[in-house]
Amino acid sequence: MKIAESWLREWVNPDLDTTSLGDRLTMAGHEVDGIEQEGSGLEGVVIAEVLEVDRHPNADRLSVCKVSDGSDDILEIVCGAPNVVKGMKTPLATPGVTLPNGLKLRKSKIRGVVSNGMLCSAIELGLGEESDGIISLASDAPVGQAITDYLNLPDAVIDLDLTPNRGDCFSILGIARDVSALTGASLKDDSVPPVPASIEDTHPVQIDLPEGCPNFAGRVIRNIDPMAKSPLWMAERLRRSGLRPIHPVVDITNYIMLEYGQPLHAYDLQLVTGPIRPRMSAKGEKVTLLDEKEIELDDKTLVISDDSGAIGLAGIMGGLSTAVSQRTSDVFFEAAFWPQEFIAGRARSYGLHTDASLRFERGVDPHGQARAVERATSLLLEISGGDAGPLVLQTAQEFIPSRETIVLRRSRLEKLLGVKIDDETVTDILQRLGLSVATTDEGWSVRAPSFRFDIAIEVDLIEEIARIYGYDAIPETTAVAETPLEVVTESQIEFEQVAAALVARDYQEVISYSFVDAESNTALSGVESELVLSNPISSEMSVMRATLWPGMLRAAAANASRQQDRIRLFEFGKSFHGALGDHTEVVRIAGLAIGSALPEQWGAKAQSVDFFDIKADVSALLCLAADDFSIDFVAAEHPALQPGQTANIVRGDVLVGTVGKLHPRHAKAFDIKRDVFLFELDATVALESAAPTASPVSRFPSIRRDIAVIVDDNISSHELVSTVASVAPDLISTVRIFDIYKGPGIEAGRKSVALGLILQETSRTLTDDDADATMTAAVRKLEQKFAAELRD
Amino acid sequence: MRDLTDLVRTAASEIDAAADLSALDAIRVAYLGKKGELTLRLKALSQLPAEERPAAGQEINVAKQELQGRINARRQALDSLALESKLAADAVDVTLPGRGASIGGRHPVSRAMVRIEKIFRNAGFGIRSGPEIEDDFHNFTALNFPEDHPARALHDTFFFPGGNLLRTHTSPVQIRSMVKEGVPIRIIAPGRVYRCDSDQTHTPMFHQVEGLVVDRGVSLANLKAVLHQFVESFFERDAELRFRASYFPFTEPSAEVDILWGEGKWLEILGCGMVHPNVLEAAGIDSEEFTGYAFGMGVERLAMLRYGVSDLRTFFENDLRFLRQFR
Repeated sequence: MKIAESWLREWVNPDLDTTSLGDRLTMAGHEVDGIEQEGSGLEGVVIAEVLEVDRHPNADRLSVCKVSDGSDDILEIVCGAPNVVKGMKTPLATPGVTLPNGLKLRKSKIRGVVSNGMLCSAIELGLGEESDGIISLASDAPVGQAITDYLNLPDAVIDLDLTPNRGDCFSILGIARDVSALTGASLKDDSVPPVPASIEDTHPVQIDLPEGCPNFAGRVIRNIDPMAKSPLWMAERLRRSGLRPIHPVVDITNYIMLEYGQPLHAYDLQLVTGPIRPRMSAKGEKVTLLDEKEIELDDKTLVISDDSGAIGLAGIMGGLSTAVSQRTSDVFFEAAFWPQEFIAGRARSYGLHTDASLRFERGVDPHGQARAVERATSLLLEISGGDAGPLVLQTAQEFIPSRETIVLRRSRLEKLLGVKIDDETVTDILQRLGLSVATTDEGWSVRAPSFRFDIAIEVDLIEEIARIYGYDAIPETTAVAETPLEVVTESQIEFEQVAAALVARDYQEVISYSFVDAESNTALSGVESELVLSNPISSEMSVMRATLWPGMLRAAAANASRQQDRIRLFEFGKSFHGALGDHTEVVRIAGLAIGSALPEQWGAKAQSVDFFDIKADVSALLCLAADDFSIDFVAAEHPALQPGQTANIVRGDVLVGTVGKLHPRHAKAFDIKRDVFLFELDATVALESAAPTASPVSRFPSIRRDIAVIVDDNISSHELVSTVASVAPDLISTVRIFDIYKGPGIEAGRKSVALGLILQETSRTLTDDDADATMTAAVRKLEQKFAAELRD
Repeated sequence: MRDLTDLVRTAASEIDAAADLSALDAIRVAYLGKKGELTLRLKALSQLPAEERPAAGQEINVAKQELQGRINARRQALDSLALESKLAADAVDVTLPGRGASIGGRHPVSRAMVRIEKIFRNAGFGIRSGPEIEDDFHNFTALNFPEDHPARALHDTFFFPGGNLLRTHTSPVQIRSMVKEGVPIRIIAPGRVYRCDSDQTHTPMFHQVEGLVVDRGVSLANLKAVLHQFVESFFERDAELRFRASYFPFTEPSAEVDILWGEGKWLEILGCGMVHPNVLEAAGIDSEEFTGYAFGMGVERLAMLRYGVSDLRTFFENDLRFLRQFR
């Protein structure tokens, strides 16, 4: 909310400069977003009176005016404004003055006539974004006075970021109250003298739903001057508060809302048919609002209606059919108290957000309606004339929110804040905030004023005391607490350890969004996500990812397009599966490698990364959690990956992840021109671990024996190794493939595989005979199972 | 026959001049070998009269020892020369880069997150997590956001059909942890959070670390102390903080914390407050007996300040040229 400092100071005027005042507000919970100086650079602009207006001899649209600036001289000024008339008071800038828009005035000849200055519009003075000519000041504006003095300029506009609990602060009065409580400066009397009625006219108001409208103030004012304009002082205050002057009647309602926090509505009374009747909407009912948009209502909205149907949304926006216009001569002012529960969420459900709904949703003083209408009446009579009927107030006392007595315990205050505040200070703070306070043995008995909707329980009072006392004045006390030691588990490898391993293997961590586009998510996971956002930022970020790969591929593609030719990425994050209401979130580790296996270097041959490079990286991670033997890589198919270069990673019976080469079709879709290798693990199952159990290391020497066998090409190395190992599991400690050969000397469709075995006994020294026997058994098994030939 | 002294002198100079081990060996054979000059002279002693033999023998032995000693010394010298030249030949250009892979790096947000976790772990905080697709109850209702309350509108929430949502803060973990573990409790909950907002200073996904301490006698003064210590630990320097009043439905009193940064500029770094009694009650905890504090910090914000990152969005562009600065 924007408030003009000059307006605020009319209500409360603490001995603080603008910056300090802003700081106090910020510290008290009304964060200052910014302070802007309005109306600077108007030095030298004075109030002038137009004495004579003549046609310019050489231009139809220009006038030549004789103007008084309060001095003895009469100035001749050429003016292009259509609204210039004799007797008008208006701002004058004379040669030498530089206007806020940078225009430096000089004595100049316009179409042959000398002009000794310029009569100014609001735009030229930086006081508005539109104008229909030069500014017309009030007839009593003192000629010769500096415009800055007349308009209280320059003026600081303080932009406050108010919290939603403080509905009472969405007004000059509300902020002034808090400033008064904070500083002790006195607050202007907020009462308004009643305006006596000059006619007896009233308009019927029928309240069928008193709980939705516990207080309603209305007043008829007839015969206003439809041509009247809002005075500059009011237009200026509205403008500095961020509102545009529209029509005196509307401007008055806005002005009072800004000043007292009570939104008002004004009807063109001649357009209202029958009694004004607040009621609940009927489903499907339609109303066209002031913004000229027609909305269809649900059955949970409080509307104002007349015999024609709904004519406005209570507490949100009035309707177009009864709107005040340039033709309006009879007005009906409405100031109602719409309880929060009837307004909260309603505006939003229609995509609306108005100054009125903002305030009613947060709570408006249920006793401020009559005052607002009195003030509106007096302003309207002043500006537009007219005859006022009597104020009609309809109150359903039983539905006016009551303020209960709250007990504030001295002990609780100290316990929660961690500081002892003396009783007098507490009492003083509560009283300054306008609360009624009585002291009791254990503390205080307090009642909040009607305008505060955020004080209902003890802790609300404690907050208020802390706020005014100052958070700065509360000490920092290190708590002495028992902190039982948590179990540090070895049942799961920590992410930090995995991250360190990946970093050590040359992977860079990325973080990509958890929502991705539906198409690539489906394509890469093979499953169409049911977890689709109702209100995504864009279709590119509309479904919850079932795999981390779309984000990584996007990152890889972006980097590739930035001339990065070696890309190695990893990410930790969740993937999301299943249906809404029964979904699962799986923590995953994913990796990607593109480009050369090693950075370009003098000492190693350049070689593109391949399946076995990324497999080694995955295996290294898995070996943090499990031993080599318990992990199987099983040839598999995967929607994202290229057939024949895809493996499922299995631990025992559990699928813990996938590794492979991105299918070229997908690479193309992501506009990646090189081979991409990917892995993804389910972190929870892949990193499940246990504290290692030590077994004794053999004191006896081991024996190494190598054999080479020729087998069919389709026999997997895993089958060969596990078959050999199974021959003598207690004896064979390692089986390693150290060479694979296909080509001349080997029949097509066959391959030669060289296996190295390490044989080890823990209780004795192995003999060559032992080793020979084992090797013979191994070869025989391979012959039987795979039709292997022993190669010499 | 040559004078023995003369022979020794000649031999000595030959030894010293031997260019390599084979030349040296030839010299050894020539003087000390089976048919070497000195060996022959020793053999010839028998032809001398008996009384002269000891003195002459003595003389030859001395000469023999001297030559043997010289040969040994020369051999050692030649050995070490040979080694030196071999080592010289093995010299490498040590300025050439090493072989093999280089090293990757963590994302700066993770880097900051790890720091935050470490600091709180050291202070006895446990680490907890919760789902990212949340229900309205845990994200709002249990945290004392009444239905249709304007405070909900401040959270630009991503919804799913049917009312589930992406958590807008890590605060739901407060509720889940208190319900599961009871009190006293002393935890942080780091993780991803989501807001439907995307511009220069907002990304639709970011990271928070939630903190929660509930125990008997926990006060706002304790909260102020722990956060001040945290900030000084995180930034590794003295820090001036200001706690200013604010509003969160789930804490009361609530505060936002600013750090004095650069020249007199206050920058908001986190929000905090005393756990609202309604939140404790929603988790089944007696709010008369127990009090607590909670705080929430934006990890990106802290990472930006710590590492001098000026544009929030760069964190999620995953440009390797940017990321590699943080390893």
